[in-house]
Amino acid sequence: MLQKIYDWIDERIDITPIWRDIADHEVPEHVNPAHHFSAFVYCFGGLTFFVVVIQILSGMFLTMYYVPDIENAWKSVYYLQTEVAHGQIVRGMHHWGASVVIVMLLLHTLRVFFQGAYKKPRELNWMVGVLIFFVMLGLGFTGYLLPWDNKAYFATQVGLEIAEQVPFIGEYLKTLLAGDAEIVGAQTLTRFFAIHVFFLPAALFGLMAAHFILIRRQGISGPL
Amino acid sequence: MSEEKQQVSRRQFLNYTLTGVGGFMAAGLLISPIRMAIDPVLKPSSAGEYANVGLAVEDITTEPQRVDWKIDQVDGWYESKVNRSAWVFKNENDEIMALSPTCTHLGCVVSWEGSEDHPNEFFCPCHDGRYYKDGTNIAGTPPTRPLDLYDHKVENGMLYLGKAQVRGEA
Ligand code: HEM
Ligand code: FES
Repeated sequence: MLQKIYDWIDERIDITPIWRDIADHEVPEHVNPAHHFSAFVYCFGGLTFFVVVIQILSGMFLTMYYVPDIENAWKSVYYLQTEVAHGQIVRGMHHWGASVVIVMLLLHTLRVFFQGAYKKPRELNWMVGVLIFFVMLGLGFTGYLLPWDNKAYFATQVGLEIAEQVPFIGEYLKTLLAGDAEIVGAQTLTRFFAIHVFFLPAALFGLMAAHFILIRRQGISGPL
Repeated sequence: MSEEKQQVSRRQFLNYTLTGVGGFMAAGLLISPIRMAIDPVLKPSSAGEYANVGLAVEDITTEPQRVDWKIDQVDGWYESKVNRSAWVFKNENDEIMALSPTCTHLGCVVSWEGSEDHPNEFFCPCHDGRYYKDGTNIAGTPPTRPLDLYDHKVENGMLYLGKAQVRGEA
Protein backbone atom coordinates (compact mmCIF):
# COMPACT_ATOMS: atom_id res chain seq x y z
CA MET A 1 0.00 0.00 0.00
CA LEU A 2 2.60 2.52 1.13
CA GLN A 3 4.91 1.34 -1.62
CA LYS A 4 2.13 1.94 -4.14
CA ILE A 5 1.56 5.47 -2.88
CA TYR A 6 5.29 6.11 -3.07
CA ASP A 7 5.51 4.73 -6.60
CA TRP A 8 2.53 6.76 -7.69
CA ILE A 9 4.15 9.97 -6.47
CA ASP A 10 7.63 9.02 -7.67
CA GLU A 11 6.36 8.24 -11.15
CA ARG A 12 5.00 11.77 -11.43
CA ILE A 13 7.64 13.92 -9.73
CA ASP A 14 10.72 11.71 -9.44
CA ILE A 15 11.41 12.22 -5.75
CA THR A 16 13.94 9.41 -5.30
CA PRO A 17 16.98 11.53 -6.25
CA ILE A 18 15.84 14.25 -3.86
CA TRP A 19 15.78 12.16 -0.71
CA ARG A 20 18.79 10.13 -1.85
CA ASP A 21 20.77 13.31 -2.07
CA ILE A 22 19.68 14.35 1.43
CA ALA A 23 19.81 11.06 3.29
CA ASP A 24 21.71 8.41 1.37
CA HIS A 25 25.40 8.93 1.89
CA GLU A 26 28.12 7.03 3.66
CA VAL A 27 29.30 7.86 7.13
CA PRO A 28 33.10 7.98 7.02
CA GLU A 29 34.78 5.43 9.22
CA HIS A 30 36.56 7.93 11.44
CA VAL A 31 33.27 9.47 12.62
CA ASN A 32 31.50 6.17 13.23
CA PRO A 33 31.46 5.13 16.91
CA ALA A 34 30.92 1.51 15.81
CA HIS A 35 34.47 1.56 14.41
CA HIS A 36 36.24 3.73 16.95
CA PHE A 37 34.32 4.30 20.14
CA SER A 38 36.03 7.65 20.70
CA ALA A 39 34.17 8.89 17.62
CA PHE A 40 31.16 9.46 19.89
CA VAL A 41 32.35 13.07 20.11
CA TYR A 42 30.98 13.50 16.59
CA CYS A 43 27.48 12.84 17.93
CA PHE A 44 27.09 16.09 19.85
CA GLY A 45 26.03 18.12 16.82
CA GLY A 46 23.29 15.64 16.02
CA LEU A 47 22.29 15.49 19.67
CA THR A 48 22.01 19.26 19.75
CA PHE A 49 19.69 19.08 16.76
CA PHE A 50 17.68 16.32 18.43
CA VAL A 51 17.12 18.40 21.56
CA VAL A 52 16.18 21.42 19.42
CA VAL A 53 13.49 19.24 17.82
CA ILE A 54 12.25 18.34 21.31
CA GLN A 55 12.20 22.04 22.27
CA ILE A 56 10.20 22.97 19.20
CA LEU A 57 7.67 20.17 19.57
CA SER A 58 7.17 20.59 23.32
CA GLY A 59 7.06 24.38 22.88
CA MET A 60 4.34 24.13 20.25
CA PHE A 61 2.22 22.07 22.61
CA LEU A 62 2.88 24.33 25.61
CA THR A 63 1.54 27.21 23.53
CA MET A 64 -1.87 25.48 23.48
CA TYR A 65 -2.28 26.40 27.14
CA TYR A 66 0.11 29.25 27.77
CA VAL A 67 -1.07 32.89 27.62
CA PRO A 68 1.44 35.75 27.55
CA ASP A 69 -0.55 38.06 29.84
CA ILE A 70 0.66 39.19 33.25
CA GLU A 71 -2.65 38.35 34.94
CA ASN A 72 -2.82 34.86 33.50
CA ALA A 73 0.64 33.67 32.47
CA TRP A 74 1.55 32.17 35.83
CA LYS A 75 -1.93 30.69 36.26
CA SER A 76 -1.84 29.11 32.82
CA VAL A 77 1.53 27.50 33.52
CA TYR A 78 0.29 26.34 36.93
CA TYR A 79 -2.80 24.90 35.31
CA LEU A 80 -0.98 23.04 32.57
CA GLN A 81 1.48 21.78 35.14
CA THR A 82 -1.06 20.52 37.68
CA GLU A 83 -4.38 19.92 35.93
CA VAL A 84 -3.57 18.89 32.39
CA ALA A 85 -2.79 15.20 31.88
CA HIS A 86 0.90 14.87 30.93
CA GLY A 87 1.26 18.66 31.05
CA GLN A 88 3.93 18.23 33.69
CA ILE A 89 5.86 15.97 31.35
CA VAL A 90 5.67 18.30 28.37
CA ARG A 91 6.70 21.27 30.49
CA GLY A 92 9.45 19.12 31.97
CA MET A 93 10.72 18.26 28.49
CA HIS A 94 10.87 21.94 27.59
CA HIS A 95 12.29 23.02 30.94
CA TRP A 96 15.11 20.45 31.11
CA GLY A 97 15.65 20.41 27.38
CA ALA A 98 16.45 24.13 27.53
CA SER A 99 19.47 23.33 29.70
CA VAL A 100 20.47 20.11 27.95
CA VAL A 101 20.51 21.86 24.57
CA ILE A 102 23.08 24.37 25.82
CA VAL A 103 25.23 21.56 27.24
CA MET A 104 25.12 19.65 23.93
CA LEU A 105 25.92 22.82 22.01
CA LEU A 106 28.95 23.44 24.20
CA LEU A 107 30.21 19.85 23.87
CA HIS A 108 29.79 20.07 20.10
CA THR A 109 31.67 23.38 20.05
CA LEU A 110 34.48 21.92 22.18
CA ARG A 111 34.84 18.99 19.79
CA VAL A 112 35.08 21.30 16.80
CA PHE A 113 37.52 23.51 18.64
CA PHE A 114 39.89 20.84 19.90
CA GLN A 115 39.89 18.97 16.60
CA GLY A 116 40.62 22.19 14.76
CA ALA A 117 37.63 21.42 12.55
CA TYR A 118 36.93 25.15 12.24
CA LYS A 119 40.00 25.73 10.06
CA LYS A 120 39.94 26.56 6.37
CA PRO A 121 37.65 25.92 4.52
CA ARG A 122 35.18 25.63 7.43
CA GLU A 123 35.56 29.08 9.01
CA LEU A 124 32.16 30.19 7.73
CA ASN A 125 30.41 27.34 9.45
CA TRP A 126 32.13 28.23 12.71
CA MET A 127 30.67 31.72 12.37
CA VAL A 128 27.22 30.32 11.66
CA GLY A 129 27.65 28.13 14.75
CA VAL A 130 28.48 31.14 16.90
CA LEU A 131 25.29 32.84 15.68
CA ILE A 132 23.33 29.70 16.54
CA PHE A 133 24.85 29.88 20.01
CA PHE A 134 23.67 33.47 20.48
CA VAL A 135 20.18 32.64 19.20
CA MET A 136 20.01 29.75 21.65
CA LEU A 137 21.04 32.00 24.54
CA GLY A 138 18.33 34.40 23.41
CA LEU A 139 15.77 31.61 23.47
CA GLY A 140 16.81 30.67 26.98
CA PHE A 141 16.70 34.28 28.16
CA THR A 142 13.29 35.10 26.67
CA GLY A 143 11.75 31.74 27.61
CA TYR A 144 12.82 32.10 31.21
CA LEU A 145 10.51 35.08 31.72
CA LEU A 146 7.42 33.34 30.41
CA PRO A 147 6.29 31.49 33.59
CA TRP A 148 6.09 34.98 35.17
CA ASP A 149 7.07 33.94 38.67
CA ASN A 150 9.49 35.77 40.93
CA LYS A 151 12.55 33.98 39.63
CA ALA A 152 11.57 34.76 36.05
CA TYR A 153 10.88 38.41 36.83
CA PHE A 154 14.12 39.11 38.63
CA ALA A 155 16.24 37.13 36.19
CA THR A 156 14.84 39.33 33.43
CA GLN A 157 15.40 42.45 35.51
CA VAL A 158 19.07 41.51 35.85
CA GLY A 159 19.36 40.52 32.18
CA LEU A 160 17.89 43.84 31.07
CA GLU A 161 20.31 45.72 33.29
CA ILE A 162 23.16 43.84 31.67
CA ALA A 163 21.83 44.89 28.26
CA GLU A 164 21.73 48.47 29.56
CA GLN A 165 25.49 48.38 30.15
CA VAL A 166 26.18 48.22 26.40
CA PRO A 167 28.05 51.43 25.52
CA PHE A 168 25.99 54.26 23.92
CA ILE A 169 22.94 52.26 22.84
CA GLY A 170 22.40 50.38 26.13
CA GLU A 171 19.34 52.31 27.26
CA TYR A 172 17.64 52.05 23.88
CA LEU A 173 18.44 48.38 23.74
CA LYS A 174 16.87 47.80 27.13
CA THR A 175 13.72 49.73 26.20
CA LEU A 176 13.52 47.90 22.89
CA LEU A 177 13.69 44.56 24.68
CA ALA A 178 11.46 45.44 27.61
CA GLY A 179 8.86 47.44 25.67
CA ASP A 180 9.02 50.19 28.30
CA ALA A 181 11.80 52.42 29.59
CA GLU A 182 11.15 51.64 33.25
CA ILE A 183 8.64 48.87 33.72
CA VAL A 184 9.18 45.15 33.35
CA GLY A 185 5.54 44.31 32.82
CA ALA A 186 2.72 43.58 30.44
CA GLN A 187 4.57 44.79 27.36
CA THR A 188 7.76 42.98 28.33
CA LEU A 189 5.95 39.68 28.59
CA THR A 190 4.24 39.97 25.20
CA ARG A 191 7.50 41.02 23.57
CA PHE A 192 9.50 38.20 25.09
CA PHE A 193 6.79 35.75 24.06
CA ALA A 194 6.84 36.94 20.46
CA ILE A 195 10.63 36.82 20.37
CA HIS A 196 10.73 33.40 22.02
CA VAL A 197 8.10 31.73 19.91
CA PHE A 198 8.39 33.41 16.49
CA PHE A 199 11.43 35.59 15.91
CA LEU A 200 14.23 33.47 17.35
CA PRO A 201 12.92 30.10 16.15
CA ALA A 202 12.69 31.59 12.63
CA ALA A 203 16.29 32.79 12.91
CA LEU A 204 17.30 29.41 14.29
CA PHE A 205 15.76 27.56 11.34
CA GLY A 206 17.58 29.76 8.85
CA LEU A 207 20.91 29.31 10.62
CA MET A 208 20.50 25.56 11.03
CA ALA A 209 19.70 25.25 7.34
CA ALA A 210 22.87 27.18 6.50
CA HIS A 211 24.85 25.04 8.95
CA PHE A 212 23.71 21.77 7.40
CA ILE A 213 24.04 22.92 3.79
CA LEU A 214 27.62 23.94 4.51
CA ILE A 215 28.33 20.55 6.07
CA ARG A 216 26.97 18.76 3.00
CA ARG A 217 29.02 21.01 0.75
CA GLN A 218 32.30 20.66 2.60
CA GLY A 219 31.92 17.22 4.14
CA ILE A 220 32.94 16.34 7.66
CA SER A 221 36.53 17.19 8.49
CA GLY A 222 39.07 14.39 8.14
CA PRO A 223 40.59 12.25 10.92
CA LEU A 224 43.15 13.84 13.21
CA MET B 1 35.63 60.72 -21.11
CA SER B 2 34.76 58.35 -23.88
CA GLU B 3 32.84 59.64 -26.82
CA GLU B 4 30.56 56.65 -26.93
CA LYS B 5 27.09 57.00 -25.54
CA GLN B 6 26.54 55.08 -22.32
CA GLN B 7 24.05 52.54 -23.48
CA VAL B 8 21.68 50.94 -21.05
CA SER B 9 20.92 47.49 -22.27
CA ARG B 10 17.46 46.03 -22.06
CA ARG B 11 18.73 43.58 -19.44
CA GLN B 12 20.26 46.28 -17.29
CA PHE B 13 17.14 48.37 -17.56
CA LEU B 14 14.95 45.48 -16.43
CA ASN B 15 17.35 44.63 -13.62
CA TYR B 16 17.31 48.17 -12.29
CA THR B 17 13.56 48.56 -12.51
CA LEU B 18 12.80 45.19 -10.95
CA THR B 19 15.29 45.77 -8.12
CA GLY B 20 13.81 49.21 -7.57
CA VAL B 21 10.24 47.99 -7.54
CA GLY B 22 11.19 45.04 -5.35
CA GLY B 23 13.00 47.37 -2.98
CA PHE B 24 9.97 49.61 -2.69
CA MET B 25 7.73 46.63 -2.05
CA ALA B 26 10.04 45.26 0.64
CA ALA B 27 10.31 48.68 2.26
CA GLY B 28 6.54 49.16 2.13
CA LEU B 29 6.08 45.79 3.73
CA LEU B 30 8.60 46.34 6.51
CA ILE B 31 8.26 49.99 7.44
CA SER B 32 5.17 49.68 9.62
CA PRO B 33 6.20 46.52 11.48
CA ILE B 34 9.58 48.03 12.28
CA ARG B 35 8.09 51.34 13.39
CA MET B 36 5.71 49.37 15.58
CA ALA B 37 8.51 47.33 17.16
CA ILE B 38 10.62 50.37 18.06
CA ASP B 39 7.72 52.48 19.31
CA PRO B 40 8.68 52.12 23.00
CA VAL B 41 12.07 53.70 22.29
CA LEU B 42 10.54 56.70 20.51
CA LYS B 43 7.70 57.40 22.95
CA PRO B 44 8.45 60.46 25.13
CA SER B 45 9.24 59.30 28.64
CA SER B 46 6.47 60.09 31.08
CA ALA B 47 7.18 63.19 33.13
CA GLY B 48 7.45 62.09 36.74
CA GLU B 49 4.40 63.17 38.69
CA TYR B 50 4.82 64.00 42.34
CA ALA B 51 3.08 61.91 44.99
CA ASN B 52 2.40 62.69 48.63
CA VAL B 53 4.39 60.09 50.54
CA GLY B 54 2.64 60.71 53.84
CA LEU B 55 5.58 62.19 55.70
CA ALA B 56 5.47 65.64 57.30
CA VAL B 57 8.62 67.66 56.69
CA GLU B 58 8.92 68.40 60.40
CA ASP B 59 9.25 64.65 61.04
CA ILE B 60 12.31 64.35 58.80
CA THR B 61 15.44 63.97 60.90
CA THR B 62 19.10 63.50 60.15
CA GLU B 63 18.58 59.76 60.62
CA PRO B 64 17.45 58.11 57.33
CA GLN B 65 13.93 56.71 57.64
CA ARG B 66 12.19 54.51 55.18
CA VAL B 67 8.97 55.74 53.58
CA ASP B 68 6.69 53.61 51.42
CA TRP B 69 3.97 54.91 49.17
CA LYS B 70 1.97 53.87 46.15
CA ILE B 71 1.85 55.36 42.69
CA ASP B 72 -0.53 54.77 39.78
CA GLN B 73 1.49 53.00 37.13
CA VAL B 74 0.39 52.79 33.51
CA ASP B 75 2.04 49.91 31.68
CA GLY B 76 0.60 50.00 28.17
CA TRP B 77 -2.95 48.77 28.61
CA TYR B 78 -2.40 47.70 32.21
CA GLU B 79 -2.97 50.15 35.05
CA SER B 80 -2.06 49.30 38.59
CA LYS B 81 -0.88 50.66 41.91
CA VAL B 82 2.74 49.88 42.64
CA ASN B 83 4.87 50.35 45.72
CA ARG B 84 7.70 52.84 45.90
CA SER B 85 10.17 53.34 48.73
CA ALA B 86 12.79 55.86 49.70
CA TRP B 87 15.23 56.56 52.50
CA VAL B 88 14.56 60.15 53.62
CA PHE B 89 16.71 62.38 55.84
CA LYS B 90 18.19 65.85 56.15
CA ASN B 91 21.86 66.26 55.34
CA GLU B 92 24.41 68.57 57.01
CA ASN B 93 23.16 71.52 54.97
CA ASP B 94 19.61 70.86 56.16
CA GLU B 95 18.57 69.76 52.67
CA ILE B 96 16.06 66.97 52.26
CA MET B 97 17.53 63.84 50.66
CA ALA B 98 15.30 61.03 49.40
CA LEU B 99 17.40 58.09 48.18
CA SER B 100 16.11 55.21 46.11
CA PRO B 101 16.68 51.90 47.90
CA THR B 102 17.46 50.11 44.63
CA CYS B 103 21.07 48.94 44.65
CA THR B 104 22.97 50.28 41.64
CA HIS B 105 24.82 47.00 41.31
CA LEU B 106 22.09 44.57 40.31
CA GLY B 107 18.93 46.01 41.76
CA CYS B 108 18.50 44.46 45.20
CA VAL B 109 17.07 46.55 48.03
CA VAL B 110 19.48 48.38 50.32
CA SER B 111 18.76 49.43 53.88
CA TRP B 112 20.22 51.95 56.28
CA GLU B 113 22.60 50.22 58.67
CA GLY B 114 21.52 46.93 57.10
CA SER B 115 24.66 45.27 58.41
CA GLU B 116 25.86 45.42 61.99
CA ASP B 117 29.44 45.44 60.75
CA HIS B 118 28.95 48.65 58.82
CA PRO B 119 27.29 51.34 60.94
CA ASN B 120 26.35 54.65 59.35
CA GLU B 121 26.13 53.19 55.87
CA PHE B 122 23.56 51.81 53.46
CA PHE B 123 24.07 48.11 52.97
CA CYS B 124 22.97 45.72 50.22
CA PRO B 125 22.75 42.10 51.38
CA CYS B 126 23.05 40.59 47.89
CA HIS B 127 26.78 41.09 47.31
CA ASP B 128 27.74 43.26 50.29
CA GLY B 129 27.34 46.53 48.39
CA ARG B 130 27.86 49.59 50.60
CA TYR B 131 27.10 53.32 50.36
CA TYR B 132 27.91 56.35 52.52
CA LYS B 133 25.01 58.22 54.05
CA ASP B 134 24.72 60.61 51.09
CA GLY B 135 24.24 57.58 48.85
CA THR B 136 27.75 57.61 47.34
CA ASN B 137 28.93 54.09 46.67
CA ILE B 138 31.95 52.95 48.63
CA ALA B 139 34.86 52.09 46.37
CA GLY B 140 35.78 48.43 46.37
CA THR B 141 32.19 47.24 46.81
CA PRO B 142 30.12 46.09 43.81
CA PRO B 143 27.88 49.14 43.12
CA THR B 144 29.16 51.34 40.30
CA ARG B 145 27.37 54.59 41.04
CA PRO B 146 25.54 56.37 43.89
CA LEU B 147 21.99 55.52 44.87
CA ASP B 148 19.45 57.37 42.73
CA LEU B 149 18.01 60.55 44.22
CA TYR B 150 14.28 61.30 44.11
CA ASP B 151 13.08 64.70 42.95
CA HIS B 152 11.20 66.22 45.86
CA LYS B 153 9.03 69.17 46.73
CA VAL B 154 7.20 70.34 49.82
CA GLU B 155 3.55 71.32 49.86
CA ASN B 156 1.54 72.21 52.97
CA GLY B 157 4.33 70.84 55.11
CA MET B 158 4.15 67.41 53.45
CA LEU B 159 6.87 65.72 51.43
CA TYR B 160 6.14 64.93 47.77
CA LEU B 161 8.46 62.69 45.76
CA GLY B 162 8.75 62.45 41.98
CA LYS B 163 11.12 60.57 39.75
CA ALA B 164 14.31 58.92 40.96
CA GLN B 165 17.21 60.51 39.08
CA VAL B 166 20.50 58.85 38.25
CA ARG B 167 23.54 60.63 39.67
CA GLY B 168 27.05 60.56 38.22
CA GLU B 169 29.66 57.98 39.02
CA ALA B 170 31.63 58.38 42.20
C1 HEM C 1 16.03 25.80 21.29
C2 HEM C 1 14.83 26.22 21.47
C3 HEM C 1 14.18 26.67 22.80
C4 HEM C 1 14.74 26.91 24.05
C5 HEM C 1 16.20 26.78 24.46
C6 HEM C 1 13.63 27.30 24.93
C7 HEM C 1 13.76 27.67 26.29
C8 HEM C 1 12.71 27.92 27.17
C9 HEM C 1 12.82 28.13 28.59
C10 HEM C 1 14.13 28.17 29.40
C11 HEM C 1 11.56 28.32 29.09
C12 HEM C 1 11.17 28.51 30.57
C13 HEM C 1 10.60 27.15 31.03
C14 HEM C 1 10.49 26.94 32.49
O1 HEM C 1 11.12 27.68 33.25
O2 HEM C 1 9.79 25.98 32.86
C15 HEM C 1 10.63 28.28 28.00
C16 HEM C 1 9.26 28.43 28.10
C17 HEM C 1 8.36 28.39 27.02
N1 HEM C 1 8.68 28.15 25.69
FE1 HEM C 1 10.55 27.73 24.97
N2 HEM C 1 12.46 27.33 24.20
C18 HEM C 1 12.75 26.94 22.90
C19 HEM C 1 11.85 26.86 21.84
C20 HEM C 1 10.47 27.12 21.92
C21 HEM C 1 9.56 27.11 20.79
C22 HEM C 1 9.96 26.80 19.33
C23 HEM C 1 8.30 27.42 21.30
C24 HEM C 1 6.96 27.54 20.59
C25 HEM C 1 6.69 27.31 19.36
C26 HEM C 1 8.43 27.62 22.72
C27 HEM C 1 7.38 27.94 23.59
C28 HEM C 1 7.50 28.17 24.95
C29 HEM C 1 6.39 28.47 25.84
C30 HEM C 1 4.91 28.62 25.44
C31 HEM C 1 6.94 28.61 27.15
C32 HEM C 1 6.18 28.97 28.44
C33 HEM C 1 5.72 27.72 29.20
C34 HEM C 1 6.58 27.40 30.39
O3 HEM C 1 7.15 28.29 30.97
O4 HEM C 1 6.67 26.21 30.72
N3 HEM C 1 9.76 27.44 23.06
N4 HEM C 1 11.36 28.02 26.81
S1 FES D 1 22.82 43.93 44.02
FE1 FES D 1 23.48 45.15 45.65
S2 FES D 1 25.53 44.54 45.84
FE2 FES D 1 24.89 43.34 44.14
